[in-house]
Amino acid sequence: MIKSLNSALSISLKDDPNVVIFGEDVGYFGGVFRVTEGLQKEYGPHRVFDSPLAEGGIAAIAMGMGLNGLRPVAEIQFADYIFPAYDQIVNEIAKLRHRSGGEFSSPVTFRTPAGGGIKGGHHHSQSPEAQFTHTPGLKVVYCSTPYNAKGLLLASIECNDPVIFFEPKRCYRGPFYGDPHNVPTWNGHPDADVPEDHYIVPLEQARIVREGSACTVIAYGTMVHVAEQAIKDSGIDCELIDLQTLVPWDRDTVVNSVKKTGRCVIVHEAPKTSGFGAEMSASVQERCFYHLEAPIQRVTGWDTPFPHTTEWDYLPSPQRIAEAIKKTQEE
Amino acid sequence: MTERLTATTAPYTIGIPPFRPGEDADFGGAFKEQPGDLWRPDPATCTSDDTTPHARGLLRVLNDNGEAKGEWDPKLDSSELIQGLEYMMRLRIFDDRMIKMQRTGKLSFYMRSFGEEAVAIAQTMALETQDWVFPSYRQPGAQFVRGRDMVSMICHCIGNTEDNVRGRQMPVHYTYKEGRFISISSPVGTQFSQAVGVAMASAYQNKDEVCISWLGDGTSAQGDYHYALNFASTFKPPVILNVVNNQWAISTHANLATGGRTFAERGLAYDIPSFRVDGNDFLALYSITKWARDRASAGMGPTHIEVYTYRAGAHSSSDDPSAYRPNDEASCWPGGDPIQRLKDHLVLIGEWDEEKHETLAQKIDDEVMAAYREACEFGDLASGPYPPASTIFTEVYETVPWHIQEQREELGK
Repeated sequence: MIKSLNSALSISLKDDPNVVIFGEDVGYFGGVFRVTEGLQKEYGPHRVFDSPLAEGGIAAIAMGMGLNGLRPVAEIQFADYIFPAYDQIVNEIAKLRHRSGGEFSSPVTFRTPAGGGIKGGHHHSQSPEAQFTHTPGLKVVYCSTPYNAKGLLLASIECNDPVIFFEPKRCYRGPFYGDPHNVPTWNGHPDADVPEDHYIVPLEQARIVREGSACTVIAYGTMVHVAEQAIKDSGIDCELIDLQTLVPWDRDTVVNSVKKTGRCVIVHEAPKTSGFGAEMSASVQERCFYHLEAPIQRVTGWDTPFPHTTEWDYLPSPQRIAEAIKKTQEE
Repeated sequence: MTERLTATTAPYTIGIPPFRPGEDADFGGAFKEQPGDLWRPDPATCTSDDTTPHARGLLRVLNDNGEAKGEWDPKLDSSELIQGLEYMMRLRIFDDRMIKMQRTGKLSFYMRSFGEEAVAIAQTMALETQDWVFPSYRQPGAQFVRGRDMVSMICHCIGNTEDNVRGRQMPVHYTYKEGRFISISSPVGTQFSQAVGVAMASAYQNKDEVCISWLGDGTSAQGDYHYALNFASTFKPPVILNVVNNQWAISTHANLATGGRTFAERGLAYDIPSFRVDGNDFLALYSITKWARDRASAGMGPTHIEVYTYRAGAHSSSDDPSAYRPNDEASCWPGGDPIQRLKDHLVLIGEWDEEKHETLAQKIDDEVMAAYREACEFGDLASGPYPPASTIFTEVYETVPWHIQEQREELGK
């Protein structure tokens, strides 16, 4: 996934002279996760550069650059550290087009590694997507595989609206099936077969990972893979949907699936209360009520800070997801 | 500079303003700093160290007799001076008319630039038309310099069908892209660090453009102020960063807002040439801004300016300064009134007189009233019509996504 993200950034830099990339450690060093490795050397220090350690300043200059003709791609080193930039993103960048009557807009993409599973404790593990899905004016994207990472990132950079692009850091080097003692690499995975050239995975479209008839399981990020394992373990014929874009989410794919299966499980790492699962659950209920055969289940992180040593008890496991799937079959 | 006053130093220090209601305001008459005190360094070679006296002193051109003195005199011809006077008078008359209309309910809210008219006007006049203006809510006057029609400005303020921001923002939150006047936002100071990005983009595109931005003494406590200085110091883009020290942030005097010395001096720590300028002195403001533009244009990067002035009016139409400061404080301000000072100068050099002044004031007043009447033909906040409710849903994104479209259909408008 790191290579495919790097490829997307490289293509953007090559194709559009107005693309600039900056953030903490992204220049010479190539980023703490190596996503921008080699880009400064190839495209020059004025196009790929290290910024001072101030997320609020990074977001602010991104907005200013974006409204004056550039297409900035800013990295926030960990999603946990996006909050100093929250005012600039939520009150400024998200609202610029609307507040100026369409006279100004700023097509910034914020890339940020999110989610747990790397022993990162409170502040290197959070998944704050709901803080941004609640903000009109932003598009919120969450990739899950090398293939969709590249296509979604290119689509995000080329989008004229500001995008928050979450990268599941647990999946940078391989999919994660919920077993911390058995972590594969992407080698041989079908979604790791990434074309070298430019391609787009359209925003606002979900991906059906696995077709099924008994239950719809909705996930994004790392949880797509954990849910896939849970479905296998459960032995139940589930349809697995990777949302890919959270705002605006793919209404037709989700609604058609739940109408078909009559059952729905929603999975995310972030805490349950006011998480994006709450939005999905309410929307599915509004649109599919007469097709539902069982209560909608949410399998999420707990409503607690993210722990360090006990993170496997915090993150939704294949077992918890499988139990939720089974529960939908009992009613 | 005036000493910082404190009410107490234990258990910790609490600042106080120089005067409270019921006390006699007295700033000691005139400024002790005089035009000619400070030399004019070469903008293309000046270092921040060279400006240490400028950051601690007070840059003036007009002396207390109305004469232009010293090497900072920008030597403007009389037509430019009269143009500056006209813009400032226009802004004051416009503000007075709008605040009256606010009292009648035609606007929800208003903010005057009273006492600070020179700031945006002199500084924007010193720039080129391609330069970006990234204001706070106290610099609407820049729009006159950039040629904005008053009808359009009033249509925004009264939120009618011709409001170019479609009734989405409070009054005074102007957007005027044609004049490179970037959208005003209520959260204070956010524009300051954004302006650095605007300037970086101009530099990236190899354009001869600068970006100027302003924030207040109170706002300079925000992170965005410090982000702006640090990023400007790091990347050295063509940006002019102004702290308008008008003494008051609503009711919070600058003495309560910082324990630092002059606001200007902060820039020196970032290795940015920094100046403290008499903000009611049109010529000094023009001159320092021209200097900063010349410096930016020479590829030397940012300039930091403390504009030392006084907020003669209320913070906004919702504020009552008599609750926290003496009513006559503005009249004691050593910097006087910016319009009166430029007028006195023009009279002194034989280019202006009372009769011309009265005639011009009347002409502007007539124009403001005519613009107001024309704007009201498109509706006002008290009686409508307003922009259609569909404008709630548009321009949130480049195109309307399905969920917002559904909500629009739910509203049924």
